[in-house]
Amino acid sequence: MNNKATTKQKVTERAQVPGTASKEGPRGRLIVVEGIDGSGKSTQLHLLDKWLRHLGLMVFNTEWNSSEVVKEITSKGKKKALLTPTTFSLLHATDFADRFERNVHPLMRAGYFVLADRYIYTAYARDAVRGCNPKWVRKIYAFATKPDLAFYFHVPVDIAVKRILTGRPKLKYYEAGMDLNLSNDEYESYRIFQSRIIEEYKGMAPKEGFRVMDGTLDIELQQKIMRRQVLELLPPAVATIASRELSAE
Amino acid sequence: MDSEEEQGGSPSRPRLEEREIEFYGEGIPYLNAKRLKGRLIVIEGPDGSGRSTQVDLITARLESQGHAVATTGLKRSELIGTGILQAKQKLPLGQKTLTLFYAADFADRLEHHIIPSLEAGYIVLADRYIYTLMARSTVRGLSRRWSHDLFGFSIKPDLVFYLDVDPHELFHRVFQKYSTLDYYEAGADLGLSDDLFDSFIIYQRRMAKEFKKMESTYGLVQIDANRSIVEVNEDLQNRIDRYLHGKNP
Repeated sequence: MNNKATTKQKVTERAQVPGTASKEGPRGRLIVVEGIDGSGKSTQLHLLDKWLRHLGLMVFNTEWNSSEVVKEITSKGKKKALLTPTTFSLLHATDFADRFERNVHPLMRAGYFVLADRYIYTAYARDAVRGCNPKWVRKIYAFATKPDLAFYFHVPVDIAVKRILTGRPKLKYYEAGMDLNLSNDEYESYRIFQSRIIEEYKGMAPKEGFRVMDGTLDIELQQKIMRRQVLELLPPAVATIASRELSAE
Repeated sequence: MDSEEEQGGSPSRPRLEEREIEFYGEGIPYLNAKRLKGRLIVIEGPDGSGRSTQVDLITARLESQGHAVATTGLKRSELIGTGILQAKQKLPLGQKTLTLFYAADFADRLEHHIIPSLEAGYIVLADRYIYTLMARSTVRGLSRRWSHDLFGFSIKPDLVFYLDVDPHELFHRVFQKYSTLDYYEAGADLGLSDDLFDSFIIYQRRMAKEFKKMESTYGLVQIDANRSIVEVNEDLQNRIDRYLHGKNP
């Protein structure tokens, strides 16, 4: 394997290929995974990350609700369970905006492959279930770049919930949807909350062009399906090698 | 208390009629059924325009007329508190992130303070409202449309006054009061000029222009606040009295 030589070639191509039509310089690619907790999306994104790095591409990962700056400022309010659906929604939008302005946007400009574990669709789904106006939520996130690929991992609610609740973890108040008064039992509340989120995802899937993944398939098989679809985003020279590798497996 | 004023022909307290809640945009669906007995009066204007002084004077006057009055400002909610300022200094936040933060902070106050007060029949006097937040972000490059959409969860005030002061006059007032210029009120983060005086004048002009633009969209009433405190107060008080009685002759 002369992996080193090909990696160098890729570097030069990368600067030219993505976003060649745009005057704004090189443009990276944005790949997002969506689905409820326990749908296996993070595992798949992790494997995709390894593959893209192996192919010599510049990769950046970003996770929902993970901005340190925002966390520091908001942890106080959240702890006291003072949040309303509107403030909850706005704080998550703040978190998103911080990651978007600080990382996602500049890295896209620089030609990176940005991998997002949850993106605007998580807000669309959760905020709608919490009772915010869906149109309003979409307008807030209007500044977000549309992903090149959005994978939705579909898993029946009982399977996903079982994956998460094995070991009876302590669920966080908002995570279990306890603010919605669905049930006094946090596990039951969690299950109902997750099934409502699935309904939201299903509703937006065609319009948002989700690539729907069957999250009950073998992990390896899912990854293969995913990688085949990501091929279309790779610079041609990289895609050729990657495609050959995929078929060889 | 204030019996002289009462004798001075000030009419008795008008009864305020209960109304449906009215939002600017998509609103807050789970609050749609609320009915508000109180009234929301907003005083906008730059630092040094006499806002807080006027809010105090109007509060005293309305209370003397027998109204229950609640005041609210833009600073410090339980949700976020002073965390924003600290974060701003440590690691600069992007403009969208900041605007969303302020929106979350404002939403917290709106849902936990303003709306409950209005439900209970208070006249709420707001020392600044969403307009300052919108003007600040527009001046810093965000789209008017986006800010307007974002703040679509806000309720429409009954009266909005903008205390307009010539930037030069404002400069003197601010300097007399604080002996220094506030970094952000001087627009120093915008790199308008190395000269802080120039920066202040340019920034305040731009802000005033934004407020001028909001006149028709949001029904802002421009008040010439270059005049003395007493004159401005008489003007405001007359307009408020006329409004409160106009609905219930």
